[in-house]
Amino acid sequence: MKIAVCVKEVPDPGPNRRIDPGTLRMDRSGDRSLNAYDLNAVEEALRLKEASGDGEVVLVSLGASKALDSIRKGLAMGADRALLVSDEAAAGSDLVATSYVLAAALAAESPDLILFGQQASDADGAVLWAAVADRLKMPVVSQISELEVSGDTITAKRQTEFGYDRIRATLPAVLAVADSLNEPRYPSLKGIMGAKKKPQDVKSLADVGVEADRAGESGSRTTVISLSPPESRGGAQKIEDDGSAAQKILDFLVERKLV
Amino acid sequence: MSTLVFLEHNGSSIQKGSLGVLTKAVSLDPDTAAVLIGSGVGPLAEQAGRYGAKQVFVADSESLAAPLPQPRVDVISRLVKDKGFGTVLFAASVLATDIAGGVSARLDAGLNWDLNDLAVDNGNLIGKRSALGDTIRADVGWTSEPRLGLVRAGSFEAVESGGTASVEQIATDVEDFSAKAVMVDQAREEQSGPSIEDAEILVTGGRGLGSPEGFSLMEDLASALGGAVASTRAVVDSGWYPYPTQVGQTGKVVSPKLYIGCGVSGAIQHKVGMQTSQVIVSINKDPNAPIFDFSDLGVVGDLQTIVPQLIELVKERKAS
Repeated sequence: MKIAVCVKEVPDPGPNRRIDPGTLRMDRSGDRSLNAYDLNAVEEALRLKEASGDGEVVLVSLGASKALDSIRKGLAMGADRALLVSDEAAAGSDLVATSYVLAAALAAESPDLILFGQQASDADGAVLWAAVADRLKMPVVSQISELEVSGDTITAKRQTEFGYDRIRATLPAVLAVADSLNEPRYPSLKGIMGAKKKPQDVKSLADVGVEADRAGESGSRTTVISLSPPESRGGAQKIEDDGSAAQKILDFLVERKLV
Repeated sequence: MSTLVFLEHNGSSIQKGSLGVLTKAVSLDPDTAAVLIGSGVGPLAEQAGRYGAKQVFVADSESLAAPLPQPRVDVISRLVKDKGFGTVLFAASVLATDIAGGVSARLDAGLNWDLNDLAVDNGNLIGKRSALGDTIRADVGWTSEPRLGLVRAGSFEAVESGGTASVEQIATDVEDFSAKAVMVDQAREEQSGPSIEDAEILVTGGRGLGSPEGFSLMEDLASALGGAVASTRAVVDSGWYPYPTQVGQTGKVVSPKLYIGCGVSGAIQHKVGMQTSQVIVSINKDPNAPIFDFSDLGVVGDLQTIVPQLIELVKERKAS
Protein backbone atom coordinates (compact mmCIF):
# COMPACT_ATOMS: atom_id res chain seq x y z
CA MET A 1 0.00 0.00 0.00
CA LYS A 2 1.26 3.43 -0.91
CA ILE A 3 0.40 6.11 1.65
CA ALA A 4 0.90 9.84 1.14
CA VAL A 5 0.93 12.01 4.25
CA CYS A 6 0.32 15.73 3.72
CA VAL A 7 2.47 17.72 6.11
CA LYS A 8 3.18 21.38 6.71
CA GLU A 9 5.99 23.37 8.25
CA VAL A 10 4.63 25.94 10.70
CA PRO A 11 6.15 28.69 12.82
CA ASP A 12 6.78 27.40 16.35
CA PRO A 13 3.74 28.05 18.52
CA GLY A 14 4.19 30.69 21.20
CA PRO A 15 4.48 34.42 21.57
CA ASN A 16 6.97 34.90 18.75
CA ARG A 17 4.50 34.05 16.01
CA ARG A 18 3.43 37.07 14.03
CA ILE A 19 1.83 38.16 10.80
CA ASP A 20 4.04 40.48 8.75
CA PRO A 21 2.19 43.81 8.75
CA GLY A 22 3.63 44.64 5.32
CA THR A 23 2.63 41.51 3.42
CA LEU A 24 -0.26 40.50 5.76
CA ARG A 25 1.15 36.98 5.55
CA MET A 26 2.48 34.72 8.26
CA ASP A 27 6.05 35.65 9.16
CA ARG A 28 7.94 32.42 8.51
CA SER A 29 11.41 33.75 9.29
CA GLY A 30 11.58 32.58 12.92
CA ASP A 31 11.89 29.09 14.41
CA ARG A 32 9.83 26.55 12.57
CA SER A 33 8.85 22.92 12.97
CA LEU A 34 6.57 20.30 11.51
CA ASN A 35 2.91 20.92 12.43
CA ALA A 36 2.50 18.78 15.58
CA TYR A 37 -0.88 17.43 14.45
CA ASP A 38 0.76 16.04 11.31
CA LEU A 39 2.86 13.70 13.45
CA ASN A 40 -0.27 11.65 14.25
CA ALA A 41 -0.83 11.20 10.50
CA VAL A 42 2.80 10.18 9.93
CA GLU A 43 2.57 7.74 12.87
CA GLU A 44 -0.61 6.15 11.51
CA ALA A 45 0.91 5.76 8.05
CA LEU A 46 3.95 4.04 9.54
CA ARG A 47 1.77 1.68 11.60
CA LEU A 48 -0.31 0.76 8.54
CA LYS A 49 2.83 0.10 6.54
CA GLU A 50 4.33 -1.99 9.35
CA ALA A 51 1.11 -3.97 9.77
CA SER A 52 0.88 -4.79 6.08
CA GLY A 53 4.56 -5.68 5.84
CA ASP A 54 5.21 -3.64 2.73
CA GLY A 55 4.36 -0.38 1.08
CA GLU A 56 5.69 3.12 0.98
CA VAL A 57 5.09 6.27 3.04
CA VAL A 58 5.62 9.54 1.14
CA LEU A 59 5.50 12.95 2.81
CA VAL A 60 3.95 15.59 0.53
CA SER A 61 4.14 19.28 1.29
CA LEU A 62 3.82 22.74 -0.18
CA GLY A 63 6.15 25.33 1.30
CA ALA A 64 9.42 27.21 1.19
CA SER A 65 12.51 25.18 0.19
CA LYS A 66 13.88 25.38 3.73
CA ALA A 67 10.73 23.56 4.92
CA LEU A 68 12.65 20.34 4.24
CA ASP A 69 14.45 20.96 7.57
CA SER A 70 11.16 20.43 9.36
CA ILE A 71 9.80 17.73 7.05
CA ARG A 72 12.89 15.63 7.78
CA LYS A 73 11.38 14.89 11.19
CA GLY A 74 8.80 12.73 9.43
CA LEU A 75 11.59 10.93 7.58
CA ALA A 76 13.40 10.43 10.89
CA MET A 77 10.23 8.82 12.29
CA GLY A 78 10.37 6.35 9.40
CA ALA A 79 8.72 7.76 6.27
CA ASP A 80 10.47 6.63 3.08
CA ARG A 81 10.77 9.86 1.13
CA ALA A 82 9.57 13.44 0.86
CA LEU A 83 8.12 15.49 -1.97
CA LEU A 84 8.12 19.25 -1.45
CA VAL A 85 6.46 21.55 -3.95
CA SER A 86 8.29 24.83 -3.58
CA ASP A 87 7.96 27.83 -5.82
CA GLU A 88 8.12 31.59 -5.30
CA ALA A 89 4.87 31.83 -7.26
CA ALA A 90 3.09 29.67 -4.67
CA ALA A 91 3.71 31.98 -1.71
CA GLY A 92 0.51 33.28 -0.12
CA SER A 93 -1.67 30.46 -1.48
CA ASP A 94 -5.09 30.20 0.18
CA LEU A 95 -7.29 27.10 0.38
CA VAL A 96 -8.35 27.17 -3.28
CA ALA A 97 -4.75 27.49 -4.50
CA THR A 98 -3.19 25.14 -1.94
CA SER A 99 -5.71 22.37 -2.57
CA TYR A 100 -5.16 22.74 -6.34
CA VAL A 101 -1.37 22.42 -6.06
CA LEU A 102 -1.46 19.57 -3.54
CA ALA A 103 -4.04 17.66 -5.56
CA ALA A 104 -1.81 17.92 -8.64
CA ALA A 105 1.22 16.65 -6.72
CA LEU A 106 -0.79 13.85 -5.11
CA ALA A 107 -2.43 12.77 -8.39
CA ALA A 108 1.02 12.14 -9.89
CA GLU A 109 1.88 9.91 -6.91
CA SER A 110 -1.43 7.97 -7.12
CA PRO A 111 -1.39 6.76 -3.50
CA ASP A 112 -3.95 4.33 -2.05
CA LEU A 113 -4.39 6.47 1.04
CA ILE A 114 -3.86 10.17 1.68
CA LEU A 115 -3.57 11.18 5.34
CA PHE A 116 -3.82 14.58 7.02
CA GLY A 117 -3.46 15.71 10.65
CA GLN A 118 -6.46 17.30 12.36
CA GLN A 119 -5.55 20.97 11.83
CA ALA A 120 -2.69 23.30 11.00
CA SER A 121 -1.42 24.96 14.17
CA ASP A 122 -0.69 28.24 12.39
CA ALA A 123 -3.87 28.88 10.38
CA ASP A 124 -6.23 26.84 12.61
CA GLY A 125 -7.70 25.50 9.38
CA ALA A 126 -9.37 22.14 9.10
CA VAL A 127 -10.64 22.32 5.55
CA LEU A 128 -7.79 21.24 3.28
CA TRP A 129 -8.52 17.49 3.17
CA ALA A 130 -12.11 18.00 2.04
CA ALA A 131 -10.94 20.31 -0.75
CA VAL A 132 -8.18 17.93 -1.85
CA ALA A 133 -10.58 14.96 -1.80
CA ASP A 134 -13.04 16.85 -4.00
CA ARG A 135 -10.35 17.70 -6.54
CA LEU A 136 -9.15 14.08 -6.61
CA LYS A 137 -12.73 12.72 -6.63
CA MET A 138 -12.01 10.49 -3.64
CA PRO A 139 -14.10 9.78 -0.54
CA VAL A 140 -13.07 11.70 2.59
CA VAL A 141 -13.43 10.95 6.30
CA SER A 142 -12.22 13.42 8.95
CA GLN A 143 -11.66 13.56 12.74
CA ILE A 144 -10.78 9.85 12.87
CA SER A 145 -10.14 8.45 16.35
CA GLU A 146 -10.06 4.77 15.35
CA LEU A 147 -9.05 3.34 11.99
CA GLU A 148 -9.16 -0.14 10.47
CA VAL A 149 -7.91 -0.97 7.00
CA SER A 150 -8.95 -4.24 5.43
CA GLY A 151 -8.27 -4.90 1.75
CA ASP A 152 -9.51 -1.88 -0.16
CA THR A 153 -11.91 -0.76 2.57
CA ILE A 154 -11.35 1.48 5.58
CA THR A 155 -13.64 1.73 8.58
CA ALA A 156 -13.23 4.81 10.74
CA LYS A 157 -14.76 5.96 14.00
CA ARG A 158 -15.02 9.66 14.58
CA GLN A 159 -16.57 12.08 17.00
CA THR A 160 -19.12 14.70 15.99
CA GLU A 161 -21.22 17.16 17.99
CA PHE A 162 -23.76 14.41 18.62
CA GLY A 163 -21.69 11.37 19.51
CA TYR A 164 -19.76 8.86 17.44
CA ASP A 165 -20.08 7.89 13.78
CA ARG A 166 -18.62 4.85 12.11
CA ILE A 167 -17.98 5.39 8.43
CA ARG A 168 -16.79 2.94 5.79
CA ALA A 169 -15.09 4.03 2.58
CA THR A 170 -13.33 2.41 -0.33
CA LEU A 171 -9.76 3.16 -1.37
CA PRO A 172 -8.25 5.32 -2.64
CA ALA A 173 -9.43 7.69 0.07
CA VAL A 174 -8.49 10.86 1.90
CA LEU A 175 -8.45 10.59 5.70
CA ALA A 176 -7.88 13.21 8.39
CA VAL A 177 -6.88 11.77 11.77
CA ALA A 178 -7.55 13.17 15.26
CA ASP A 179 -4.65 13.55 17.68
CA SER A 180 -6.27 10.92 19.90
CA LEU A 181 -5.71 8.22 17.26
CA ASN A 182 -2.18 7.36 18.34
CA GLU A 183 0.90 8.55 20.18
CA PRO A 184 3.53 9.62 17.63
CA ARG A 185 6.89 7.91 18.10
CA TYR A 186 10.04 9.86 18.81
CA PRO A 187 12.62 9.57 16.06
CA SER A 188 15.54 7.35 17.06
CA LEU A 189 19.12 8.60 16.69
CA LYS A 190 19.51 6.14 13.84
CA GLY A 191 16.35 7.50 12.26
CA ILE A 192 17.60 11.06 12.54
CA MET A 193 20.96 10.18 11.00
CA GLY A 194 19.30 8.16 8.24
CA ALA A 195 16.74 10.84 7.39
CA LYS A 196 19.29 13.02 5.62
CA LYS A 197 20.02 10.27 3.11
CA LYS A 198 16.40 9.56 2.21
CA PRO A 199 15.09 10.91 -1.11
CA GLN A 200 13.85 14.50 -0.78
CA ASP A 201 12.53 15.88 -4.05
CA VAL A 202 11.86 19.57 -4.43
CA LYS A 203 9.58 20.33 -7.36
CA SER A 204 8.41 23.56 -8.94
CA LEU A 205 4.80 24.30 -9.86
CA ALA A 206 5.66 23.49 -13.48
CA ASP A 207 7.13 20.13 -12.39
CA VAL A 208 3.75 19.10 -10.96
CA GLY A 209 1.85 20.55 -13.92
CA VAL A 210 0.36 23.61 -12.21
CA GLU A 211 0.12 26.88 -14.14
CA ALA A 212 1.60 29.75 -12.10
CA ASP A 213 -1.69 31.67 -12.07
CA ARG A 214 -3.45 28.82 -10.22
CA ALA A 215 -1.14 29.26 -7.20
CA GLY A 216 -0.06 32.04 -4.88
CA GLU A 217 -2.02 35.26 -4.77
CA SER A 218 -3.28 34.99 -8.34
CA GLY A 219 -4.69 31.51 -7.66
CA SER A 220 -6.27 32.56 -4.37
CA ARG A 221 -9.81 33.78 -3.79
CA THR A 222 -9.49 35.23 -0.30
CA THR A 223 -7.57 38.14 1.08
CA VAL A 224 -6.53 39.66 4.39
CA ILE A 225 -7.77 43.26 4.47
CA SER A 226 -6.35 44.53 7.73
CA LEU A 227 -4.96 43.46 11.10
CA SER A 228 -5.56 44.90 14.51
CA PRO A 229 -4.51 44.03 18.06
CA PRO A 230 -6.93 41.82 20.00
CA GLU A 231 -8.83 42.88 23.07
CA SER A 232 -6.21 42.11 25.67
CA ARG A 233 -6.91 39.63 28.43
CA GLY A 234 -4.93 42.13 30.50
CA GLY A 235 -2.05 41.29 32.80
CA ALA A 236 -1.53 37.71 31.64
CA GLN A 237 1.39 36.04 33.39
CA LYS A 238 3.43 32.99 32.50
CA ILE A 239 5.69 31.41 35.09
CA GLU A 240 7.96 28.41 35.25
CA ASP A 241 7.62 26.05 38.20
CA ASP A 242 10.58 26.47 40.54
CA GLY A 243 8.87 24.60 43.35
CA SER A 244 6.62 27.52 44.29
CA ALA A 245 4.10 27.31 41.44
CA ALA A 246 1.32 25.78 43.56
CA GLN A 247 1.65 28.63 46.09
CA LYS A 248 1.63 31.18 43.25
CA ILE A 249 -1.53 29.66 41.78
CA LEU A 250 -3.19 29.79 45.20
CA ASP A 251 -2.16 33.44 45.70
CA PHE A 252 -3.51 34.26 42.24
CA LEU A 253 -6.86 32.59 43.04
CA VAL A 254 -7.10 34.20 46.48
CA GLU A 255 -6.39 37.64 45.00
CA ARG A 256 -9.35 37.15 42.64
CA LYS A 257 -11.56 35.75 45.42
CA LEU A 258 -11.87 32.43 43.62
CA VAL A 259 -10.88 30.42 46.69
CA MET B 1 -25.31 40.12 -2.83
CA SER B 2 -27.46 37.04 -2.75
CA THR B 3 -26.87 34.82 0.24
CA LEU B 4 -27.44 31.14 0.94
CA VAL B 5 -27.14 29.61 4.42
CA PHE B 6 -26.62 25.88 4.93
CA LEU B 7 -28.90 24.67 7.71
CA GLU B 8 -27.59 21.64 9.58
CA HIS B 9 -30.15 19.55 11.40
CA ASN B 10 -30.10 16.80 14.00
CA GLY B 11 -33.21 14.71 14.04
CA SER B 12 -36.23 16.99 13.88
CA SER B 13 -34.61 20.31 14.69
CA ILE B 14 -32.27 22.73 12.97
CA GLN B 15 -29.02 23.39 14.83
CA LYS B 16 -29.00 26.61 16.89
CA GLY B 17 -25.68 27.62 15.33
CA SER B 18 -27.13 27.41 11.82
CA LEU B 19 -30.13 29.51 12.84
CA GLY B 20 -27.72 32.05 14.39
CA VAL B 21 -25.87 32.37 11.09
CA LEU B 22 -29.21 32.65 9.28
CA THR B 23 -30.30 35.44 11.65
CA LYS B 24 -27.08 37.37 10.96
CA ALA B 25 -27.26 36.76 7.20
CA VAL B 26 -30.84 38.08 7.08
CA SER B 27 -29.74 41.24 8.90
CA LEU B 28 -27.15 41.86 6.15
CA ASP B 29 -29.25 40.62 3.23
CA PRO B 30 -33.05 40.48 3.71
CA ASP B 31 -33.39 38.15 0.71
CA THR B 32 -31.27 35.42 2.25
CA ALA B 33 -32.20 31.86 1.28
CA ALA B 34 -31.43 28.62 3.09
CA VAL B 35 -30.82 25.02 2.09
CA LEU B 36 -31.88 21.88 3.95
CA ILE B 37 -30.46 18.52 2.96
CA GLY B 38 -31.43 15.12 4.30
CA SER B 39 -34.25 12.62 4.50
CA GLY B 40 -37.65 13.90 5.61
CA VAL B 41 -36.34 17.44 6.14
CA GLY B 42 -39.24 19.19 4.37
CA PRO B 43 -41.11 20.09 7.60
CA LEU B 44 -38.02 21.98 8.88
CA ALA B 45 -38.46 24.62 6.14
CA GLU B 46 -41.19 26.30 8.17
CA GLN B 47 -38.73 26.79 11.07
CA ALA B 48 -36.21 28.35 8.67
CA GLY B 49 -38.88 30.81 7.56
CA ARG B 50 -39.52 31.89 11.14
CA TYR B 51 -35.83 32.80 11.43
CA GLY B 52 -36.00 35.02 8.39
CA ALA B 53 -35.23 32.86 5.33
CA LYS B 54 -37.22 34.14 2.32
CA GLN B 55 -36.76 30.95 0.40
CA VAL B 56 -35.77 27.44 1.45
CA PHE B 57 -34.34 24.91 -0.96
CA VAL B 58 -35.01 21.35 0.13
CA ALA B 59 -33.05 18.32 -1.07
CA ASP B 60 -35.02 15.45 0.41
CA SER B 61 -34.00 11.87 -0.26
CA GLU B 62 -33.48 8.63 1.65
CA SER B 63 -29.99 8.55 0.09
CA LEU B 64 -29.14 11.82 1.87
CA ALA B 65 -30.17 10.59 5.34
CA ALA B 66 -26.65 10.01 6.71
CA PRO B 67 -24.85 13.24 7.72
CA LEU B 68 -21.94 12.79 5.28
CA PRO B 69 -20.30 15.78 3.61
CA GLN B 70 -19.72 14.84 0.00
CA PRO B 71 -23.32 14.32 -1.17
CA ARG B 72 -24.02 17.75 0.36
CA VAL B 73 -21.11 19.26 -1.58
CA ASP B 74 -22.76 18.00 -4.77
CA VAL B 75 -26.21 19.41 -3.90
CA ILE B 76 -24.96 22.79 -2.65
CA SER B 77 -22.47 23.35 -5.49
CA ARG B 78 -25.16 22.65 -8.08
CA LEU B 79 -27.62 24.97 -6.32
CA VAL B 80 -25.08 27.79 -6.06
CA LYS B 81 -24.21 27.49 -9.75
CA ASP B 82 -27.83 27.26 -10.92
CA LYS B 83 -29.09 30.19 -8.86
CA GLY B 84 -25.91 32.27 -8.90
CA PHE B 85 -25.57 32.80 -5.15
CA GLY B 86 -22.84 35.30 -4.28
CA THR B 87 -22.31 34.14 -0.70
CA VAL B 88 -22.68 30.80 1.08
CA LEU B 89 -22.45 30.70 4.87
CA PHE B 90 -22.04 27.77 7.25
CA ALA B 91 -22.07 27.44 11.05
CA ALA B 92 -18.86 25.53 11.80
CA SER B 93 -19.33 21.89 12.77
CA VAL B 94 -17.60 18.64 11.91
CA LEU B 95 -20.01 18.16 9.00
CA ALA B 96 -20.20 21.77 7.80
CA THR B 97 -16.43 22.20 7.81
CA ASP B 98 -15.98 19.25 5.46
CA ILE B 99 -18.81 20.48 3.23
CA ALA B 100 -17.34 23.99 3.00
CA GLY B 101 -13.89 22.63 2.08
CA GLY B 102 -15.40 20.50 -0.67
CA VAL B 103 -17.54 23.30 -2.12
CA SER B 104 -14.48 25.57 -2.12
CA ALA B 105 -12.61 23.15 -4.38
CA ARG B 106 -15.61 22.31 -6.56
CA LEU B 107 -16.43 25.95 -7.34
CA ASP B 108 -12.92 27.42 -6.88
CA ALA B 109 -14.61 29.60 -4.31
CA GLY B 110 -12.65 31.38 -1.58
CA LEU B 111 -13.33 30.11 1.95
CA ASN B 112 -12.67 32.10 5.12
CA TRP B 113 -13.05 30.16 8.36
CA ASP B 114 -13.18 30.80 12.09
CA LEU B 115 -15.25 33.94 11.48
CA ASN B 116 -16.79 35.46 14.59
CA ASP B 117 -18.50 38.37 12.86
CA LEU B 118 -19.64 39.54 9.44
CA ALA B 119 -20.16 43.03 8.11
CA VAL B 120 -20.92 44.75 4.83
CA ASP B 121 -18.70 47.66 3.87
CA ASN B 122 -19.46 49.55 0.63
CA GLY B 123 -21.37 46.54 -0.60
CA ASN B 124 -18.47 44.18 0.13
CA LEU B 125 -18.76 41.36 2.63
CA ILE B 126 -16.08 41.49 5.33
CA GLY B 127 -15.32 38.61 7.67
CA LYS B 128 -13.84 39.14 11.12
CA ARG B 129 -11.68 36.56 12.79
CA SER B 130 -8.93 36.23 15.31
CA ALA B 131 -5.72 34.38 14.55
CA LEU B 132 -2.57 33.02 16.15
CA GLY B 133 -4.25 32.00 19.37
CA ASP B 134 -6.26 35.22 19.49
CA THR B 135 -3.10 37.33 19.53
CA ILE B 136 -4.30 39.23 16.48
CA ARG B 137 -7.59 40.11 14.83
CA ALA B 138 -8.02 40.17 11.09
CA ASP B 139 -10.56 41.55 8.65
CA VAL B 140 -10.73 39.14 5.73
CA GLY B 141 -12.36 39.35 2.34
CA TRP B 142 -13.00 37.54 -0.92
CA THR B 143 -11.69 38.43 -4.38
CA SER B 144 -14.42 36.65 -6.36
CA GLU B 145 -17.85 35.06 -6.05
CA PRO B 146 -19.11 32.84 -4.66
CA ARG B 147 -17.71 33.71 -1.25
CA LEU B 148 -17.75 30.96 1.35
CA GLY B 149 -17.69 31.59 5.10
CA LEU B 150 -17.48 29.24 8.08
CA VAL B 151 -18.68 30.91 11.26
CA ARG B 152 -17.27 29.92 14.63
CA ALA B 153 -19.72 28.20 16.98
CA GLY B 154 -21.73 30.53 19.19
CA SER B 155 -20.91 33.75 17.30
CA PHE B 156 -24.47 34.75 16.52
CA GLU B 157 -27.67 34.43 18.48
CA ALA B 158 -30.66 32.88 16.73
CA VAL B 159 -33.58 35.32 16.75
CA GLU B 160 -37.00 34.62 15.29
CA SER B 161 -38.38 37.27 13.00
CA GLY B 162 -41.61 35.44 12.25
CA GLY B 163 -41.63 35.15 8.48
CA THR B 164 -42.69 32.52 6.03
CA ALA B 165 -40.42 30.97 3.46
CA SER B 166 -41.31 29.73 0.02
CA VAL B 167 -40.10 26.19 -0.50
CA GLU B 168 -38.47 24.73 -3.61
CA GLN B 169 -37.53 21.08 -3.96
CA ILE B 170 -34.15 20.58 -5.63
CA ALA B 171 -32.35 17.66 -7.25
CA THR B 172 -30.77 15.09 -4.95
CA ASP B 173 -28.47 13.14 -7.26
CA VAL B 174 -24.81 12.87 -6.30
CA GLU B 175 -21.46 12.10 -7.92
CA ASP B 176 -20.24 8.50 -7.98
CA PHE B 177 -17.33 9.22 -5.65
CA SER B 178 -19.64 10.88 -3.14
CA ALA B 179 -21.31 7.53 -2.56
CA LYS B 180 -18.03 5.79 -1.74
CA ALA B 181 -18.20 6.72 1.94
CA VAL B 182 -21.15 5.23 3.84
CA MET B 183 -22.38 5.50 7.41
CA VAL B 184 -22.13 2.19 9.25
CA ASP B 185 -23.71 3.33 12.49
CA GLN B 186 -24.11 6.34 14.76
CA ALA B 187 -23.88 6.22 18.56
CA ARG B 188 -25.45 8.93 20.68
CA GLU B 189 -24.23 9.50 24.22
CA GLU B 190 -26.65 10.79 26.81
CA GLN B 191 -25.71 12.89 29.77
CA SER B 192 -25.85 11.71 33.38
CA GLY B 193 -25.07 13.74 36.49
CA PRO B 194 -24.69 17.51 36.82
CA SER B 195 -23.79 19.50 33.74
CA ILE B 196 -20.37 21.11 33.43
CA GLU B 197 -22.15 24.06 31.81
CA ASP B 198 -23.52 25.11 35.20
CA ALA B 199 -20.30 24.86 37.23
CA GLU B 200 -18.62 28.11 38.32
CA ILE B 201 -15.25 26.41 38.64
CA LEU B 202 -14.10 23.85 36.11
CA VAL B 203 -10.99 21.71 36.42
CA THR B 204 -10.19 20.33 33.00
CA GLY B 205 -7.91 17.36 32.35
CA GLY B 206 -6.23 16.83 28.98
CA ARG B 207 -3.92 14.33 27.38
CA GLY B 208 -1.05 15.64 29.48
CA LEU B 209 -2.52 13.72 32.44
CA GLY B 210 -0.78 10.74 30.91
CA SER B 211 -3.43 8.13 31.84
CA PRO B 212 -7.08 7.76 32.82
CA GLU B 213 -5.93 7.49 36.46
CA GLY B 214 -4.83 11.13 36.24
CA PHE B 215 -8.48 12.12 36.46
CA SER B 216 -8.64 11.19 40.15
CA LEU B 217 -6.22 14.08 40.67
CA MET B 218 -8.63 16.33 38.72
CA GLU B 219 -11.55 15.14 40.85
CA ASP B 220 -9.60 15.86 44.05
CA LEU B 221 -8.73 19.37 42.88
CA ALA B 222 -12.31 20.03 41.76
CA SER B 223 -13.70 18.85 45.08
CA ALA B 224 -11.19 21.00 47.02
CA LEU B 225 -12.20 24.07 44.98
CA GLY B 226 -15.90 23.23 44.89
CA GLY B 227 -16.00 22.78 41.13
CA ALA B 228 -16.64 20.15 38.49
CA VAL B 229 -14.34 18.13 36.22
CA ALA B 230 -14.30 18.65 32.48
CA SER B 231 -12.27 17.03 29.71
CA THR B 232 -11.01 17.44 26.16
CA ARG B 233 -11.83 15.56 22.99
CA ALA B 234 -8.50 13.77 23.00
CA VAL B 235 -9.12 12.10 26.35
CA VAL B 236 -12.76 11.32 25.55
CA ASP B 237 -11.74 9.75 22.25
CA SER B 238 -9.19 7.69 24.18
CA GLY B 239 -11.89 6.50 26.58
CA TRP B 240 -10.34 8.14 29.68
CA TYR B 241 -13.40 10.19 30.62
CA PRO B 242 -17.04 10.32 29.49
CA TYR B 243 -18.24 12.36 26.53
CA PRO B 244 -20.74 14.57 28.46
CA THR B 245 -17.76 16.19 30.25
CA GLN B 246 -16.10 17.24 27.00
CA VAL B 247 -15.51 20.93 26.32
CA GLY B 248 -15.01 22.16 22.77
CA GLN B 249 -16.39 22.33 19.27
CA THR B 250 -17.79 18.81 19.39
CA GLY B 251 -18.62 19.03 23.09
CA LYS B 252 -19.99 21.70 25.39
CA VAL B 253 -19.40 25.43 25.38
CA VAL B 254 -18.64 26.59 28.93
CA SER B 255 -18.08 29.96 30.52
CA PRO B 256 -17.14 29.42 34.19
CA LYS B 257 -15.72 32.01 36.58
CA LEU B 258 -12.56 29.93 36.79
CA TYR B 259 -11.18 27.43 34.31
CA ILE B 260 -8.09 25.43 35.29
CA GLY B 261 -6.56 23.40 32.46
CA CYS B 262 -4.18 20.61 33.43
CA GLY B 263 -2.24 19.00 30.61
CA VAL B 264 -4.56 20.68 28.10
CA SER B 265 -2.74 21.85 24.96
CA GLY B 266 -5.42 24.30 23.86
CA ALA B 267 -6.23 23.02 20.36
CA ILE B 268 -8.68 25.25 18.52
CA GLN B 269 -11.37 22.56 18.85
CA HIS B 270 -11.11 22.88 22.66
CA LYS B 271 -10.56 26.61 22.79
CA VAL B 272 -13.82 27.53 21.07
CA GLY B 273 -15.60 25.83 23.96
CA MET B 274 -13.89 27.66 26.85
CA GLN B 275 -12.41 30.93 25.67
CA THR B 276 -15.11 33.01 27.30
CA SER B 277 -14.20 31.72 30.78
CA GLN B 278 -13.62 34.68 33.11
CA VAL B 279 -10.26 33.54 34.48
CA ILE B 280 -8.09 30.91 32.79
CA VAL B 281 -5.26 29.14 34.61
CA SER B 282 -3.24 26.49 32.82
CA ILE B 283 -0.57 24.01 33.83
CA ASN B 284 1.39 22.32 31.06
CA LYS B 285 4.91 20.97 30.77
CA ASP B 286 5.22 22.12 27.15
CA PRO B 287 6.18 25.83 27.19
CA ASN B 288 4.90 26.11 23.60
CA ALA B 289 1.39 24.81 24.36
CA PRO B 290 -1.12 27.10 22.57
CA ILE B 291 -3.22 27.40 25.75
CA PHE B 292 -0.59 29.75 27.21
CA ASP B 293 -1.55 32.28 24.52
CA PHE B 294 -4.95 32.76 26.14
CA SER B 295 -4.31 32.01 29.82
CA ASP B 296 -4.41 34.65 32.57
CA LEU B 297 -1.92 32.58 34.52
CA GLY B 298 0.18 30.02 32.65
CA VAL B 299 2.38 27.64 34.60
CA VAL B 300 5.09 25.68 32.81
CA GLY B 301 5.69 22.63 34.94
CA ASP B 302 4.76 19.08 35.88
CA LEU B 303 1.12 18.86 36.88
CA GLN B 304 1.78 15.61 38.79
CA THR B 305 3.90 17.67 41.21
CA ILE B 306 2.01 20.95 41.20
CA VAL B 307 -1.60 19.73 41.44
CA PRO B 308 -1.18 17.63 44.63
CA GLN B 309 0.57 20.61 46.26
CA LEU B 310 -2.22 22.92 45.12
CA ILE B 311 -4.90 20.58 46.51
CA GLU B 312 -3.19 20.64 49.92
CA LEU B 313 -2.81 24.43 49.86
CA VAL B 314 -6.46 24.95 48.91
CA LYS B 315 -7.61 22.58 51.67
CA GLU B 316 -5.42 24.36 54.24
CA ARG B 317 -6.73 27.73 53.14
CA LYS B 318 -10.34 26.62 53.36
CA ALA B 319 -9.77 25.01 56.77
CA SER B 320 -8.19 28.12 58.23
